[in-house]
Amino acid sequence: MDRAWHYLDHAASSPLRAEALAAMLPALRDGVGNPSGAHALARRARSALDGARERLAEVVGCAPGEVVFTSGGTEADNLAVRGVLGTRPGTAVCSAIEHHAVLNPVLAAGGRVVPVDRRGLVDLDALAASLDEDVALVSVMLVNNEVGTIQSLAAIAEVVRLRAPRAVLHTDAAQALCWVDVREATAAADLVTLASHKCGGPVGTGALVVRRDVAIEAQLLGGGQERERRSGTQDVAGALGFAAAAQAAAHQRPSLVARAARWREALVDAVARGVPGSIESAVAPDQGRDHLVSGIVNLCLPAVDSEALLYVLEHEHAVLASAASSCASGAQEPSHVLVALGIDRALAAGSLRVSFGWSTSDDDVDAARFEVPVAARRLQAHARDGAPA
Amino acid sequence: MSDRVLVAMSGGVDSSVAAALLVGAGHEVVGATMKLWGGPSDSGCCSVADVDDARSVARRLDIEHHVFNFGDDFDEHVVAPYVADHAAGHTPNPCIECNRHLKFDRLLRRADALGFEWVATGHHARIVEHADGTHRVARGADRAKDQSYVVHVLTRDVMRRVRFPVGHLTKDDVRAEAARLGLTTATKPDSQDVCFITATRGRAAFLGDRITTRPGRVVDGTGATVGEVPAVELVTLGQRRGLGSPGGGHPWYVIDVDVTTATVTVGSAADLRVGAALLDGLTWVGSPERGPLTAQVSAHGDPRPCHVEGATVVFDEPSRRVAPGQSVVLYDGDLVVGGGTAAA
Repeated sequence: MDRAWHYLDHAASSPLRAEALAAMLPALRDGVGNPSGAHALARRARSALDGARERLAEVVGCAPGEVVFTSGGTEADNLAVRGVLGTRPGTAVCSAIEHHAVLNPVLAAGGRVVPVDRRGLVDLDALAASLDEDVALVSVMLVNNEVGTIQSLAAIAEVVRLRAPRAVLHTDAAQALCWVDVREATAAADLVTLASHKCGGPVGTGALVVRRDVAIEAQLLGGGQERERRSGTQDVAGALGFAAAAQAAAHQRPSLVARAARWREALVDAVARGVPGSIESAVAPDQGRDHLVSGIVNLCLPAVDSEALLYVLEHEHAVLASAASSCASGAQEPSHVLVALGIDRALAAGSLRVSFGWSTSDDDVDAARFEVPVAARRLQAHARDGAPA
Repeated sequence: MSDRVLVAMSGGVDSSVAAALLVGAGHEVVGATMKLWGGPSDSGCCSVADVDDARSVARRLDIEHHVFNFGDDFDEHVVAPYVADHAAGHTPNPCIECNRHLKFDRLLRRADALGFEWVATGHHARIVEHADGTHRVARGADRAKDQSYVVHVLTRDVMRRVRFPVGHLTKDDVRAEAARLGLTTATKPDSQDVCFITATRGRAAFLGDRITTRPGRVVDGTGATVGEVPAVELVTLGQRRGLGSPGGGHPWYVIDVDVTTATVTVGSAADLRVGAALLDGLTWVGSPERGPLTAQVSAHGDPRPCHVEGATVVFDEPSRRVAPGQSVVLYDGDLVVGGGTAAA
């Protein structure tokens, strides 16, 4: 399928940046040894890995030794939740809009879920009320993957320090590198999840930042790599690509954030005018968008089904976007995030997530803003009694 | 005119071959698997493994494959009525309701919206043109696998847009074609029973989670109590086992179930036979007919010679009473001419 797509699904996976590919190619092509070994090639691998670790640490504001490379964000989230509970028994608490990589381990451990408001912001009073001396872990995601809400980690850390002094604070920053300065979150949190492919690095690489000697129980046992925190031979090429992508993302962040804010404005205006009754999912009346990253736009369109909308956008307009998170079968499931925001189930069935990234062009956004209203109106013509086709 | 076909692919062999035949005939084919049920399932539909099978076949055929989540519609139009029918002591027809509301309504509307001319499924049934130019559902070529009973609800408007590509084949032909094409589903067993009821937990446990079942009194024809059952909502007409061992020398059958009074009436095989069945919601595909016709009262039941008087189907020979709620489909030869459900 060679055609020019308007790729607007960076929050699902962002294409590999040239910088990341360039950083990986020598390691992939020429080969490296096992970084745990002793000979020349092993030492070269270790050196490359350590370099990548240093560059990533600088981007996120931690010491290199605090970076634990993983196979991705999901593993990092599981390591955070299960790793903490393994060393300090107690209750886990997370927000209602966490990614399932946090939500499911928290629920599996019998943890508690804290509500968010209409904008996706954690209700600090509810958080305070849910905390006590027994709480071992609090996990609140820095940037939500579906609607783009940015949490105030400093304020959350303050509540946690007062109400749950034993607790470790984890934040899933998998979506954050392109849009916010993660160093501020790293300063406030004990554990930070990072993901490579959300910012233009390779898929299959991520990291958990483990701050201030927070003890975590390794979930993968073996050779004791990553300072006994994650066994398994490290993916040197992946780490190199991740670090290069993270550096590029941080460097380009101010200009991308500004461009994305203009794109979002144009898209939101076009849909508001062209599809009456549509809403921005995490925007409350008269409260602005300061709590959102500019790169993730989540809209709900009435009398439209996401699956049909995505099909028409793809097949007729070459626009690739997404809706709620996809389940294992590939079907679109009703989003727990939109439910947590209090959006009506019928309206949530017409959700559309458009997410921008380093390769997005004005042309891509123009395609979306012209075609989303056209596709939505066409599908609305097939609805019956307001129920979408 | 567009020649685009959306094929409902369950992950089974019939719909796999249906898709293959349409591709072979030169149509522009897209496969769609409907995700209908979120709970546990043995197979049949909707499990991730079944979606993988459908996707694998689509890859082999080099066609696009999509998954559509119609879970809310399935709950509303299939699962909820199934539970409600049982609660009322009626026999539900979940496969028929799924065809009526999901495959030949929601999926058809989705196909419309996406610009498809046709919807195809792997049903063993045929759609034939009638003398007057309209269409009729006809029995599939493989009588043992014929599914015209469960697709009898198609309206003539729908029939014009639906294709059953394997309806003229036997099941053996279908499997041979799948094997010839190297489809992974060639040897997959036929789906059995209701897709959302698992073999391990069963119907009783499924309903027990959703309705309050009540113990029932088992009485004979004279009204004397002869036994009891743990859940009157789970007793079906014609049932012989689990009746609390009513005494007597001959086999006992359930000849009536009254959920409101929690009473199950048993009698002999002869008591179960009736001469007619009154239908609710009798509809005709064309004009109403008197007959002679045949009536089929279950998915693979034998056709019973009959004629129709008003809303009553009169059997030529006394036949086992049709359970209330059960679909009765009327045929003229191989053609479906009408249908309704047995009245209480």
